Amino acid sequence: MARAAIRGRLSWTLAEVVDLVDETPRVRSIVLDVPGWPGHLAGQHIDVRLTAEDGYQAQRSYSIASAPQGERIALTVEGLPDGEVSSYLVGELRTGDKLELRGPVGGYFVWEANAVGPLLLIAGGSGIVPLMSMLRHRDAAGADVGAKLLYSSRSWEDVIYRDELERLASVTDGPEVVHTLTRSQPQGWTGYSRRVDVPMLTEIAWPASSVPAAFVCGPTPFVESVAAALVVLGYPATSVKTERFGPTGG
Amino acid sequence: MAYVSRGFHGKREKEREDSRLPPGQYLAQDFPVLSAGPTPHTPLDEWTFTIESEVGDELGRWSWDSFRALPSEEVRVDIHCVTKWSKLETAWEGVSIDTLLEGVEHDATHAMAFADGDYLTNIPLEDLVDGKAWVAFAYDGSPLEPEHGGPARLLVPHLYFWKSAKWVRGLRLMDHDEPGFWESYGYHIYGDPWREQRYAGD
Repeated sequence: MARAAIRGRLSWTLAEVVDLVDETPRVRSIVLDVPGWPGHLAGQHIDVRLTAEDGYQAQRSYSIASAPQGERIALTVEGLPDGEVSSYLVGELRTGDKLELRGPVGGYFVWEANAVGPLLLIAGGSGIVPLMSMLRHRDAAGADVGAKLLYSSRSWEDVIYRDELERLASVTDGPEVVHTLTRSQPQGWTGYSRRVDVPMLTEIAWPASSVPAAFVCGPTPFVESVAAALVVLGYPATSVKTERFGPTGG
Repeated sequence: MAYVSRGFHGKREKEREDSRLPPGQYLAQDFPVLSAGPTPHTPLDEWTFTIESEVGDELGRWSWDSFRALPSEEVRVDIHCVTKWSKLETAWEGVSIDTLLEGVEHDATHAMAFADGDYLTNIPLEDLVDGKAWVAFAYDGSPLEPEHGGPARLLVPHLYFWKSAKWVRGLRLMDHDEPGFWESYGYHIYGDPWREQRYAGD
């Protein structure tokens, strides 16, 4: 049960950076070895705390990108121009550094592979991160419940996890992955090239009658419009779970 | 002693010295939106605000028009979200909970605020009275936008902002405390930003 995993006090733990992966020019994955990690559910997040030499501290929350099945956890962070924590994580952090964190946090925006209804994931930009944890979890668990990802990015270069998504989609029972590129498209692009709207969702989304579980994550205007569109398509409001990345994610 | 992060200096000098920021918070320049599902849109002619007893007896009920006819107050307060952003001197207009509880007979110690979207949050009654909380219907001089909780949201600025239930529709008065929505998912039962009560056990 989701709630059991987050009982008890969440203490700060010192994790070690064991790998760094540049996903796009602005986005980096951070693989962490966390001694005593209690495990997590796909969709949960952690708090990261940085401390300067003079004692000043800054905290932010980041979604976990890795599947619950892994020994290590991975974060994927987008560097924001004015982000005092994200710019450190993307620009300064090196392998071997330590990082203070606590978690996992949040038990509502989560998906477990034994869920019965089909899975609908709709991501805008770095909103893909908690949804990727769900796809990785589904893959690691060998679940065959239907899954679709509709992923809106500005350009092909901005697509996070591009190769891994392609690989996941290519296996038997893999998820259907549909991209839309809103700002620029590679030559010969035949996919969607506009913001997610009701006609696009009508073509892609599971029919409401199949009792899907929908997860929407991205910037606020994206989440507002996609969640409203799913309600228009007949999705009960309680079946649409949302999480937002504001521009002040820091 | 916290671990010193190699190469981290932090750059928001002014924020460090701002005593209005609770521990672990940073200043937001805009007004971030957080909610767990689609934004509800209850038409004003169907909107009501209800105060009810533990067993669901109606102790007070207002339509939108009768709610708006109540005396309201302008308040300027700092707000603090558990996701770390704070916003200083935000300007609201709303009806004080004291006004709504006038003439309501009860011996409750706690309230469960209920809202559209099946949202619940629990608050001790003493944190709602004596000028500490409002049902707010305007922000910055304009009607409260739906994504920020309009037509009306609870405003309990001295607690983390998840307690300020968006799309609030009433209060259930109780003689005990029990967890609401986020409180059931590991967030703190009370949520005082100055004691950094983010998660259960903090």
